[in-house]
Amino acid sequence: MAFLQTVDLEQRAGAAVLLNRVNLSVEKGEIFAVIGPTGAGKTTLLRLINLLDRPYGGDIYFDGEKITDPSCNAVRVRRRMSMVFQKPAVFNNSVYENVAYPLKLRGGHGKDARSGVYDLLDTIGLGGYAKRKAKTLSGGEAQRVALARAVVTQPDLLLLDEPTANLDPGTVKMIEELVVRFNRDRGLTVIMSTHDMQQAQRVAGRVGVLMKGELVQVGSPDDIFYSPDSARIAGFVGMRNLLKGHVIMNEKGIAVMDVNGREIEAVSDLPAGSAVDIYIRPEDVVLSRAASAGSARNDLRCTIRSIVPNGPLCTIVTDCGFPLEATVTGRSAVELGLVQGQEVYASFKATAVRILPSMPA
Amino acid sequence: MQEIWQALVQAVNLIVSLDAEVIQISLRSLYISAASIVIAALFCVPVGALIHFHDFRGKRVTINVIQTFYSLPTVVVGLLVFLFISRSGPLGGLELLFTPAAIIIGQVILIMPVLTGMTIGALSGVDKSIRDTAISSGASSAQAMKAILFEARFAVVGALILGFGRAISEVGAALMLGGNIRGYTRVLTTAISLETQRGDIVLSLALGIILISIAMVVSVIMNILLQRY
Repeated sequence: MAFLQTVDLEQRAGAAVLLNRVNLSVEKGEIFAVIGPTGAGKTTLLRLINLLDRPYGGDIYFDGEKITDPSCNAVRVRRRMSMVFQKPAVFNNSVYENVAYPLKLRGGHGKDARSGVYDLLDTIGLGGYAKRKAKTLSGGEAQRVALARAVVTQPDLLLLDEPTANLDPGTVKMIEELVVRFNRDRGLTVIMSTHDMQQAQRVAGRVGVLMKGELVQVGSPDDIFYSPDSARIAGFVGMRNLLKGHVIMNEKGIAVMDVNGREIEAVSDLPAGSAVDIYIRPEDVVLSRAASAGSARNDLRCTIRSIVPNGPLCTIVTDCGFPLEATVTGRSAVELGLVQGQEVYASFKATAVRILPSMPA
Repeated sequence: MQEIWQALVQAVNLIVSLDAEVIQISLRSLYISAASIVIAALFCVPVGALIHFHDFRGKRVTINVIQTFYSLPTVVVGLLVFLFISRSGPLGGLELLFTPAAIIIGQVILIMPVLTGMTIGALSGVDKSIRDTAISSGASSAQAMKAILFEARFAVVGALILGFGRAISEVGAALMLGGNIRGYTRVLTTAISLETQRGDIVLSLALGIILISIAMVVSVIMNILLQRY
């Protein structure tokens, strides 16, 4: 049995189903990210694991113990885990008192513990803030205090509910580094919810996708981002090129598909006649002014419809008989002299095309 | 205007010269109202917390009733307690009528609704995330309640100051239950009422200044203590 396991976990609010038979397994010492859009049930799941709410159905096992059992001592279980909430809550006293609070609850606030709190404040970059009123901290500082408070007791499981939502990029980076550091140095098991897919990629070893209360896919970040199991997951993880087509022939594991009269090749065993959903990540599409001489099996002549600057990158929307987006660096766009209405070639490898049997919408 | 000013100066002289009667009445007022607020707080803050932290049928109605009693007239409280502790009343045997204890009982009843209601209001004002954070940090139910009460301390102390102010400034219950007996149950408000009727404006003014000063000092002390914690 996994370190943390949910079995057919259900939660409801009135008639609304918030979680539907969620079966999640998290191993000791890993960082597991739960990603999903707002309202998918991420917070609900973490609150249930932290025993802040009672589930409608199903069970949760923590380190082999069925913690949803009514006879289970919730306080004892909670004292082995901790949670950081999306909106950082600090008590209206000093930064030191905030971080030391869980220690005081456990009656273990001796000299060693006090020096541990000061060390932790140094670690989170708030070394000189011990006596400061916590209410006067910025959002990012308050969230770091909340993180320190959550790890001060050296729990076995850390639950992070969108810990970096609404924070500036610098603070996000700092908190991510702290989480990875606590995981690495202390062997802390972490379950983190986020709607930021890149964050899950940066921090987590495994990712679970929660959509409308259902855990729809679990895997490595690469599995989720490059091989989503369905169109809605693909849409959520940023697959911009979601196409529909059908397989017209399959030879030695290379499927040739018809998409709006154009042929696309992909690595797949799906037989001819299969209706398919096709996903191509924009960053896997290479644009060139002449037909590609490279190894890419797909090389489509197309017309640029629009160029959308996006930070250091540009999203180029082309018409290949179907809309196809490509992401290039701004510098590449200038060097290639890309302009709206220009004819270019879009090439991508057969391995960059993800296809699945078509699912009803 | 000249007369009022002269009376005011004489009143300040009475206070500064530590007039024995003025001091005695002031200390009695302070003692009775302080006892009232302590007794009421010991009962009302936990009851307010119980009401806030537990969901039960009729909770909203209970809170509405408590809030209605905020404006309980002091003379009505005086009358009700009088009926209970007068010689022919059910508690007549205790011989409490026209004693400081009788005034304390009246004032406790008078400030209970305000203190309970404002405790509930103070706790309701604490963000739900504080409770979640406390529980998630490993707090037992009692420890979480303590954390929430601590967060609400400014508002709870505000309620205590208000309750104390209502107790020390009321005259109806003190008069009906204490009887305004000189040297025994005469408090600041009853003394002001009596001395004004008797035409001793200077004494009334001195007592009035003391009454306001006590309220102010109590408020300042409470706020200084709050700033420290």
